[in-house]
Amino acid sequence: MAALDLSIDTAAISPARRRQLGTVFWSAVIWIAVIGASAAFANLLPIADPTNMDMLGRRMPPSLEHWLGTDGFGRDMLARLIYGARASLTVGLLAPVIGGTIGGALGMLAGYFRGRFEALVIGSMDVLLAFPPLVLALAVTAYLGQSIFNLTMILGFLGIPAFTRVARAATLSLAQREFVTAARALGATHARILVRELLPNVFLPLFAFFLLAVAVTIVVEGALSFLGLGVPPPAPSWGSMIGEGRESLEFAPWLAFIPAITLFLTVLAFNLVGDALRALTDPRQGAL
Amino acid sequence: MLGFVGRRILHLVPVLLAVTLMTFLIASLLPGDLAYVVLGDQATPEKVAALRHDMGLDQPIYWRYLYWLGDVLQGDLGRSFRTGQTVLQAIIERLPVSIELMLVAEITGLLIGIPLAIICAVKSGSTFDRVMTGSAFGMLSVPAFLAAILLIYLFAVQLRLLPATGYVPFGEDPLGNLRCFVLPGLTLALGEWPVLMRVLRSDMIATLQEDYIAMARAKGLKPMRILLVHALKPSSLTLVTVTGINIGRLIGGTLIVESIFALPGIGRLLVGAIYTRDFIILQGVVLFVAAGFVLMNFIVDMLYAVLDPRIRHGRA
Repeated sequence: MAALDLSIDTAAISPARRRQLGTVFWSAVIWIAVIGASAAFANLLPIADPTNMDMLGRRMPPSLEHWLGTDGFGRDMLARLIYGARASLTVGLLAPVIGGTIGGALGMLAGYFRGRFEALVIGSMDVLLAFPPLVLALAVTAYLGQSIFNLTMILGFLGIPAFTRVARAATLSLAQREFVTAARALGATHARILVRELLPNVFLPLFAFFLLAVAVTIVVEGALSFLGLGVPPPAPSWGSMIGEGRESLEFAPWLAFIPAITLFLTVLAFNLVGDALRALTDPRQGAL
Repeated sequence: MLGFVGRRILHLVPVLLAVTLMTFLIASLLPGDLAYVVLGDQATPEKVAALRHDMGLDQPIYWRYLYWLGDVLQGDLGRSFRTGQTVLQAIIERLPVSIELMLVAEITGLLIGIPLAIICAVKSGSTFDRVMTGSAFGMLSVPAFLAAILLIYLFAVQLRLLPATGYVPFGEDPLGNLRCFVLPGLTLALGEWPVLMRVLRSDMIATLQEDYIAMARAKGLKPMRILLVHALKPSSLTLVTVTGINIGRLIGGTLIVESIFALPGIGRLLVGAIYTRDFIILQGVVLFVAAGFVLMNFIVDMLYAVLDPRIRHGRA
């Protein structure tokens, strides 16, 4: 009885909730669009060179020439923020694409074919999950060397287990459904069932998870760069800007706070959009 | 219960072995020859060849793995070629700091998260509930290094209440030692409580709709007693798992937090090893942390089975 009440409850709440999410959801989307566009067209924007130093104009407060002031080397903060968005978003978007493609494929195959293959996939994922992600990322970067490419590959690789789990869970329940049985009865091949019947249904939960993964990846990239082990200097990244700004917290706190707020808002925006999409695809999670 | 423990241990052994294999492969297959790192760029090819021979680097990789595994199983994780200290010694010296930090963080996180979760569950749907759930969601988007900067700015720079960096051993000055852990612990706890609160809140809301809670209420039991005795334990299953899963995040968090607040723990050992390219320490610490993490998860699994009989009777 209690379970029945609960399901009626969520069914009644969801549409209202969806409407309530409106402004917040769309502001998040707009923020992502603005950050994404300025990162993509950074070359075309009328901003200073982000690596151009001016030792006479160090840690200047915001002015007409430098809208957000200058950092400890006299470099324009706005330019560094925008070029930093480029680094953060490149890693933040590409790594989950890699993880999502490989992990999604593995998860779907495991959930569809079951048996030994599934056991092997889950076993390997258990091993990958045995390493705290940040520790593994740090260790591999230490050996491979710092570059945006290496960082993207490592973080992409680390994302595989989570995507595998999501894809496998979705495939497991879908593979039992009537439309799959019907397709099989019509003589469809495994490949056709996987691509034409299952993929369109698995895609949405995977995409919602992708957005949450973008948020996590941006945070991890930021943390690595903050420690000086991520995006190699002098190229700006939000994490390294915050790390540099920490040195001058006492007399120029904005140097750390401006990139910090930008990073926070971007991560929050991806979390909000991802969570809203997840709530749409998985009504059971609505209560969380 | 014995069968359950047996099955889990059977599962544990291959995972641990695979962890050693992967740690070894990361260190061996990736570019960057250890002999060059030790000798520097100026080394002659003969010297490098001699050192490679001494270190066994000219052996086939499977032999090297087996030798290394043999050493590891005897507790020999190697010796730093920078400081001469054995890896195990370095880890044991720093472990208490990391454990203290994680304990402070987890306890603070629970102290903030549990009461908030209970209040939110009781008043679910109220303004307080919505504000707290909203802030929890927002806090999940604040990475540890942002929280650290904010706390340092508030408590160390503006109010000058607490030290921004530094460490005093507990034996020398217990109070000073705790003061060193306030900001780092709080930094990590700020990331912990939202997760704990969200999980406990949603489980608690479900529990409070159970018939036996209505029964307890009808019997006239005090609301506090119903909440803390009848509802909290059955609601805390997921909380236990999440606390366990969080240890992985917490370990990642300690890397950053120890670096920021200059606490001499495992995280700082690892980051320092990367800065100085001390690959022996790096390999040893990665293996130690991963193995510790696997064992922690094993213990959480056991704890979960103790709390929930359905799991140990083979339904999971």
